[in-house]
Amino acid sequence: MPAVDEILEGKDICICAGSGGVGKTTTSAAIGMGMAARGLKVCVLTIDPAKRLADSLGMRELGNEAERVDPALFERHGIEMKGELWAMMLDAKATFDELVARQAPDEESRDRVLENRIYQQISNALAGSQEYMAMEKLFELHTEGRFDLLVLDTPPSRNALDFLDAPRRLTQFIEGRSLRVFMRPTGLAARVAGRGATVALGVLKRIVGFDLLADLAEFFNAFSGMVDGFQARAKRVNNLLADPHTCFLVVCGPQGEPIGEAVYFHRKLVEAKLPFGGVIVNKVHYPAERLRGDGDVGGGELEAALAAKLGGEDLARRVAANFADYQALAERDARNIEHLAAELRTSATIRVPYLDEDVHDLGGLAEIDRYLFASAKQREAIAAGRA
Amino acid sequence: MLGITPIPEFLDKRLVFVTGKGGVGKTTVAVALGLRAAEAGKRTIVCEVASQENASRVFGHTEVGFHEVEMAENLWSISIDPDESMREYVLLQLKVRAMRDLLFRSRIFSYLAAATPGLKELVTIGKIWELAQLDRKVKSGRKYDLVIVDAPATGHGIGFLQTPRTFAAIARVGPIHSQAQQLDRLITDREHTGAAIVALPEEMPVNESAALESELRSEVGVAVDRVYLNGLYPERFEAEEAERLAELAEGEDGAVRAAARAAVSEHGRARSQRAQLSRLRRRVEAPVRTLPFLFEPELGVEGARELARRLH
Repeated sequence: MPAVDEILEGKDICICAGSGGVGKTTTSAAIGMGMAARGLKVCVLTIDPAKRLADSLGMRELGNEAERVDPALFERHGIEMKGELWAMMLDAKATFDELVARQAPDEESRDRVLENRIYQQISNALAGSQEYMAMEKLFELHTEGRFDLLVLDTPPSRNALDFLDAPRRLTQFIEGRSLRVFMRPTGLAARVAGRGATVALGVLKRIVGFDLLADLAEFFNAFSGMVDGFQARAKRVNNLLADPHTCFLVVCGPQGEPIGEAVYFHRKLVEAKLPFGGVIVNKVHYPAERLRGDGDVGGGELEAALAAKLGGEDLARRVAANFADYQALAERDARNIEHLAAELRTSATIRVPYLDEDVHDLGGLAEIDRYLFASAKQREAIAAGRA
Repeated sequence: MLGITPIPEFLDKRLVFVTGKGGVGKTTVAVALGLRAAEAGKRTIVCEVASQENASRVFGHTEVGFHEVEMAENLWSISIDPDESMREYVLLQLKVRAMRDLLFRSRIFSYLAAATPGLKELVTIGKIWELAQLDRKVKSGRKYDLVIVDAPATGHGIGFLQTPRTFAAIARVGPIHSQAQQLDRLITDREHTGAAIVALPEEMPVNESAALESELRSEVGVAVDRVYLNGLYPERFEAEEAERLAELAEGEDGAVRAAARAAVSEHGRARSQRAQLSRLRRRVEAPVRTLPFLFEPELGVEGARELARRLH
């Protein structure tokens, strides 16, 4: 079981992916901080409007430009920082605007898109636009080459797969082939759309209103000069994701559902020939594992031992009952993680325990880094309850 | 047994959205609310959106799809598939059968769905509206007293509920415009529609829930009736006991030490969670109620029933 710095050896890009609520943002920040502490110049990117990254790094706001985390903050938490940690929060709308400006053949075409009513209403809500803009910014920063390592906290999706699928969905949408076909339901287009397309279009107009259709047509026409540019760009972005210097880390929790999602996501990564680095399981309950080597301790026996030490049967009973509850969760976690490791056929399964203290500042990140960056020896000590 | 205490007052509305960030237990709470209302005699349906099947999974039921399937007495579940909703919508709009056939045969219709951003969300909300009608549009549709929606996670959730308004702005005139306005009126109807936010007792989820509440109120305009702080650890040990246990947790014996550590950990978590509960109460306007953490390896229908009993 390698540590995160071993997995990321020689990598330029680390993408943390997983379903919502598994601690992706915290993990991304902890990885960024740990790699920076080891001497790299790292930038952590997030698109999460909930400001979780800013919160965890002790920063008030994050903008669409990379900002350096104040080195004094690390000192205050007793963290030795050899490199630099930077962070930024992507503004999907601003990134989309920049992309349009870059792809537009001239100013007029650019303004036609930027000023289009539908574009203004929906450029933030387009399927895959948040995810794609995150990749786009990643690509841009990578091309500039200012950082040794970029860590991307992927946007919260219903499904981790939305991320991988984003370039295809967005470019397909912008092509607008589907709509253009039926906006001109004569000649070849009519044959493509099927017989009766003209009549069908008439019916459709009655349902949705002619104005909306006309506005949509104008929207796609505005984009028409940029389709090739968007496609070429998306191809380069895809190539970057598949590059051997890129590494996908799957983040999940120990419960059945997130484990299932992680297995599914890993399969899709492999199918898409994208570089998988390892899996990080957050909030794992530890005690059962620690006791496994000692054999099963019966409830009655333990209760008696506790009563002797504590001098009270009522308290001993409650402690034993609480321990049984913890054990049940820990056993579930151990089972689920075994299943995960077998499905993924990987030894790169890093566990971060469910810490007693809620993680929301640099001190908490440093605590997590003890597990993410633990050497084999340290891990042994942790597992044995010595550290 | 459940009839003794009154049901939460907002379950007397017709439509309730259950929302919150990912992984907080939205589905379990939505199902628990559904069970509670159903036990009180209300015919209730729990809706999943975006083709999710989380609610049926809680019941250990096979996938329900775009069908209203009975899960328990008075409780139904449906998974709203946007394509099916769109089809149904068109069917309801076009009374002439030949026209429907024509529209479905030509692929224009799927083209429009693919090309129009937000249309899927719009027709999903349209279906929710249809389910909430006493005079159902769907032929021989069941009448429900209450529709509970397991809404998408934060971020997506706000956008989802804003879709009707966005659409009303995109389509300036015509049938879609007026229907989008109608849906927006439904969402912002404080008398009949409400929202419950599910939160976790941790620093960042509490911050996010407070931000979510203010966005739901000011930007979406939906009434936020309740915030449920889910997964609250019980207070199993006194401070004085925890001190003694902390000493034991440093001791030698494997099992005793591990048990003491677990107790110290439980005590610490229960305490810091109560601090988060106070923070949440200070930061949100809606009444905050707690739901206990259930020490169950996987939460099934029994877990949901247990929570239903504790809802207030």
